[in-house]
Amino acid sequence: MKKFLWIAWALVTIGIGVYYLNIVFFEETKEELLIGHSTYGHYQIELACTSCHTEPFGGKDILQDACLNCHEEELKLALDSHPKKKFNDPRNADLLEIIDARYCISCHTEHQHEQTLAMGLTVPSDYCFHCHVDIGEERESHQDLAFDSCADAGCHNFHDNRALYEAFLVKNANQPWLNEIAKISSANNAKQYARPSHPIFDISHPEIASAHPDISSDWQASAHATAGVSCVGCHNNKEDSTWIDRPGLSECQSCHRDEVEGFTSGKHGMRLAGTINGTTVLPAITPNDSHLTFQQSALSIEHGCNTCHAAHNYDRKFAATDSCLNCHADEHSLAFTDSPHGSLWQKELAGEIPAGTGVSCATCHLPSIEQDKNGTKIVRVEHNQNMNLRPNEKMVRPVCMQCHGLAFSIDALADENLIKNNFNGTPSVHVPSIDWALKRENR
Amino acid sequence: MRKLLLTTLFAGSAVGLSGCGEEKSAGVEPKVMTDALFAVMKADRTNYTKLIVKRLGPKGADVITPVEHWQDVDTGAPLPAQMFRAGSEAVAEMTDSFTYSLQSLWPINKQNAPKTEIEKAGLEYIAANPGENYYGEEKLGDTTYFTAVYPDVAVSDACTSCHNEHKDTPKTDFKVGEVMGGVVVRVPI
Ligand code: HEC
Repeated sequence: MKKFLWIAWALVTIGIGVYYLNIVFFEETKEELLIGHSTYGHYQIELACTSCHTEPFGGKDILQDACLNCHEEELKLALDSHPKKKFNDPRNADLLEIIDARYCISCHTEHQHEQTLAMGLTVPSDYCFHCHVDIGEERESHQDLAFDSCADAGCHNFHDNRALYEAFLVKNANQPWLNEIAKISSANNAKQYARPSHPIFDISHPEIASAHPDISSDWQASAHATAGVSCVGCHNNKEDSTWIDRPGLSECQSCHRDEVEGFTSGKHGMRLAGTINGTTVLPAITPNDSHLTFQQSALSIEHGCNTCHAAHNYDRKFAATDSCLNCHADEHSLAFTDSPHGSLWQKELAGEIPAGTGVSCATCHLPSIEQDKNGTKIVRVEHNQNMNLRPNEKMVRPVCMQCHGLAFSIDALADENLIKNNFNGTPSVHVPSIDWALKRENR
Repeated sequence: MRKLLLTTLFAGSAVGLSGCGEEKSAGVEPKVMTDALFAVMKADRTNYTKLIVKRLGPKGADVITPVEHWQDVDTGAPLPAQMFRAGSEAVAEMTDSFTYSLQSLWPINKQNAPKTEIEKAGLEYIAANPGENYYGEEKLGDTTYFTAVYPDVAVSDACTSCHNEHKDTPKTDFKVGEVMGGVVVRVPI
């Protein structure tokens, strides 16, 4: 009897072992191994374990590399105020025992969904306190502030302070709420990457035009037609010249490299990053997978390029607002049409104001970014919506200040109700940071 | 003759080898090492202040602007203290055989105030005894360090005027030639 029990025990143990080893080494998806759901930033790729756990038995440093692999560039652009290198000096050893600020995961622990706060933060919000406890004594203005209010009052951010640092506040103080309205240029960057000689395919050829009348008229009105990119520009397989029925990310990418890169880095396309770079292939995201509020009718729409940029007209105006509202149905999105920004957009669509002066969803969330490349003005559209989302202070400079003054922008972004109603009204919150900075300046 | 040559060569290389071995086992005295490192730091720091900040900055040709957020200004250049820290951070990426930082009893940036006992004692000592350095040992985390503190002197009026006029400075009467702070160099032992 005893012997039988031992054998049964051994078999069960071996069985369990084989089951998990099979998952670890052979199964495509490893859902059984998930120790807890990940943050809103990463849930989309939580089943592509190797995107972060690049080695099965990697420690902190392996994970750190994984974080930086996707976020390093962004942190550099943000002129990160607390880069790892600030903490290497051994004189900080005692502070690192409280929070080891050299590692992302000290504050942003993953798979702890229940205790994850905004921005994927999993530490108590007193993280500023341990190093900056003296600030109350040093600055009169900071004397009575709550020790955990530094980062949520619209004043400071641990990483990105480009719009919040004191000298910037002083330099941009006393601006009117509305400056001159910017005129946003359209993207012109694809031609940098397009092959110099595109196979020309005469679509106006009567045979083709009559075989696909809708397609050819849509195409004729598109920027592709203007640029001379005809059917084969997208439908032709570059390697073997066979016909591609449904061109996808890789075809778009051959000219729209910047946009695909942004798209696959952000929440709309991160699932498809693996398809592009040849690692884990995941299905495209659908509204169904997300925690946000969406239109019922849109729940199973898969997100690719053509979801917003419908073939073959590639109407940028449609992509800039209608596409978004097709799916997104939270308060802020639903309030857009009746908002001041929304009415400007209607006016632009109606031709009542100059092109580029209306404000669409994309104007703020997927903005056109101007860059100087060897003396030519290159405009690309930042398709990584994370770059202009949260913490929302990071929108102040690239987006809000294109038209608005600094003080108004900071206040508006600190007013949750105003955000919900899509900036229909004036801020009812006032962040005193500029006032305090001026007071110190004029002392 | 050939034999003699060979013997000499052999003996020579043996001496050379044992010389290497000896040097390795004894190592460079930490103090010799930190003194030498400080000499390089001081030379570079003085040169940056005099040859770049003073010469090209607002008090000179006025073509660069030394400001704290220099990355955000077209003509921006790192402040001497930031240049110094950039060096120390770059060094930390290459080696962990020593670290260094710039500190002061009257810091503009409060993170540059002394933190450890040795830092405090060292900064006070070099301020009270101009021209002298301070050496000690301390344990931080689970490592013991040889810690040396060297005076950081106002080598130019660029130093004093910027500090005296800065809104965060706790001291407004620095004079050229005075000790403004200290360079702390640490070697793990
Ligand atoms: C253009 C302004 C400027 C000039 C010139 C300047 N400093 Fe500073 N210095 C600063 C600022 C600002 C800091 C704080 C930088 C930080 O740590 O972020 C600083 C930091 C320091 C510190 C560390 C303690 C502290 O105050 O935070 C010392 C010591 C120091 N400077 C000495 C000098 C000396 C010596 C010179 C001349 C060789 C000099 N400084 C030139 C602005 C200046």
